[in-house]
Amino acid sequence: MKFTGHVYKFGSNIDTDAIIPARYLNTFDPAELARHCMEDANPDFPSKVKAGDIIVADKNFGCGSSREHAPIAIKGAGVACVVADSFARIFYRNAINIGLPILESPEAATAIQEGDEIEVDLETGQIKNLRSGEVYQATPFPEFMQRIIARGGLIDYVKGSE
Amino acid sequence: MGMTISQKILAHHAGREHVEAGELLNCKVDVILGNDVTAPAAIAECNRLGREHGYARDSIVLVPDHFTPNKDIKSAEQAKILRDFARQQGIQNYFEIGQMGIEHCLLPEQGLVAPGDLIIGADSHTCTYGALGAFATGVGSTDMAAAMATGEAWFKVPESIKFIYYGQAPRWVGGKDFILHAIGDIGVDGARYMSMEFTGEAIRSLSMDNRFSMANMAIEAGGKNGIIAADDITLAYIEDRVKRPYHIYQSDDDAVYARTIEYDVSKLEPVVAFPHLPENTRPVSQVGEVWLDQVVIGSCTNGRIEDLQAAAEILKGQRVYSGLRLIILPGTQTIYLEALRRGYMETFIEAGAAVSTPTCGPCLGGHMGILAKGEKALATTNRNFVGRMGHPESEVYLSNPAVAAASAIKGRITPPWEVL
Ligand code: SF4
Repeated sequence: MKFTGHVYKFGSNIDTDAIIPARYLNTFDPAELARHCMEDANPDFPSKVKAGDIIVADKNFGCGSSREHAPIAIKGAGVACVVADSFARIFYRNAINIGLPILESPEAATAIQEGDEIEVDLETGQIKNLRSGEVYQATPFPEFMQRIIARGGLIDYVKGSE
Repeated sequence: MGMTISQKILAHHAGREHVEAGELLNCKVDVILGNDVTAPAAIAECNRLGREHGYARDSIVLVPDHFTPNKDIKSAEQAKILRDFARQQGIQNYFEIGQMGIEHCLLPEQGLVAPGDLIIGADSHTCTYGALGAFATGVGSTDMAAAMATGEAWFKVPESIKFIYYGQAPRWVGGKDFILHAIGDIGVDGARYMSMEFTGEAIRSLSMDNRFSMANMAIEAGGKNGIIAADDITLAYIEDRVKRPYHIYQSDDDAVYARTIEYDVSKLEPVVAFPHLPENTRPVSQVGEVWLDQVVIGSCTNGRIEDLQAAAEILKGQRVYSGLRLIILPGTQTIYLEALRRGYMETFIEAGAAVSTPTCGPCLGGHMGILAKGEKALATTNRNFVGRMGHPESEVYLSNPAVAAASAIKGRITPPWEVL
């Protein structure tokens, strides 16, 4: 799977309260959550983000609560992929489990800037910056997780393996 | 090569003799927890699996605690999904308003979690149960759904960091300060993907309530779990609570740790975390002048009886600072009743505090004490992220209950010794 998209850049320790504040957690409807996605970190984000855009962030993206509403809000907003220096553990699991592609690459997180166009290849883990021409290598997923993603998330994986 | 307690518990639940850090395992889980925020999505996913039968019914625990008593129509509907599911599936461990409490105070109190257990919960502070010598970790709703359907979950075997706390803690310094100090030291991602094992003489003499506060905040350092080996204090706590077999594990002498960190607790003061990360810690004497609009004492970190006791000792015969709002939330109905019997409730109300039924409430900015723009609060909770307790331009400071109570009297962040 390959995507090309416009980058929104965020800093370190973007927590799940910043991704989707608790005041909106009385629903798990993706469209409704998407309307408030990242609003405490960047108030313009929900109105500006377009389908296919990519989030790039520094370390520990998604720290804090276990709310799956966080990756659901991001996916619901149309974001194709999140690239970060590193992800918090529960967010990492949740993103895979709901089928939101994520890639870990400290190099990419440092070099890529807000507004860049980047091309992401999920199979190879290669990230290409179309502005600078640079290519960064992300850590590929363990095979087990690739199978979950290929099935479209954990529930379909469990369903398929019976 | 030896194994840590965490590795032993995972190995046992995967039917393995030995495991190594980094391995992926499929494990049977003993307890699967969900609340009114996370369980509705899990239940929807479970239904998508078409599992009318075969739920791991006896392992499931459902606690509506975040937005309850229902704060609005939408949250009432989320809570109803839990209630209906529990009824239809005959789930014993569903706790209705009036019998409930904040999940991580409630499960140990009810004897639902035991040493050696493998516990997952669709709530990040599930790590609290590590205080009993269990492996407990937070997951999302989809993991919860898959576990409800299969009784299993996948895990990557973590490396561990060993924290050795030695020396004797000064008065007013407890589990909350031990863990805040560690988070301040290693940072909010200092233990990312790793197990945090708390050991040493200062831990061995620590009460269960203080141990729960510590394990509770492992996630605030990015930890996968926090764990304290079960000992006599643990056994005394579970004696009349846990009604099923359990297993006590110790780490091997030759277990391998990614890091070992030592702290001399005799040098510690109560710790305060500044906005907007739990790692922004300072000893209370170096806080400077921070005036407050609200103080919150409660939550799954510090809503237990010893926490209320510490607050009551300080608030006895005192008045809450004029214009400041003190909100106290006992962790469970049992704690509430015990506090009432001991006279703490009278102390709190006479001092001018608002006391609520158990709920997460303001801890996650849900209800019962939301902050306006520009307001500052000191809370005994575990997170002080931007907007955590209300408006994105409000601020949350974190501390132990004694500091919180003293600060409520003075109107600004204050060490307990200044009011006694
Ligand atoms: S008290 Fe706060 S941290 Fe604990 S479970 Fe409730 S919302 Fe989460």
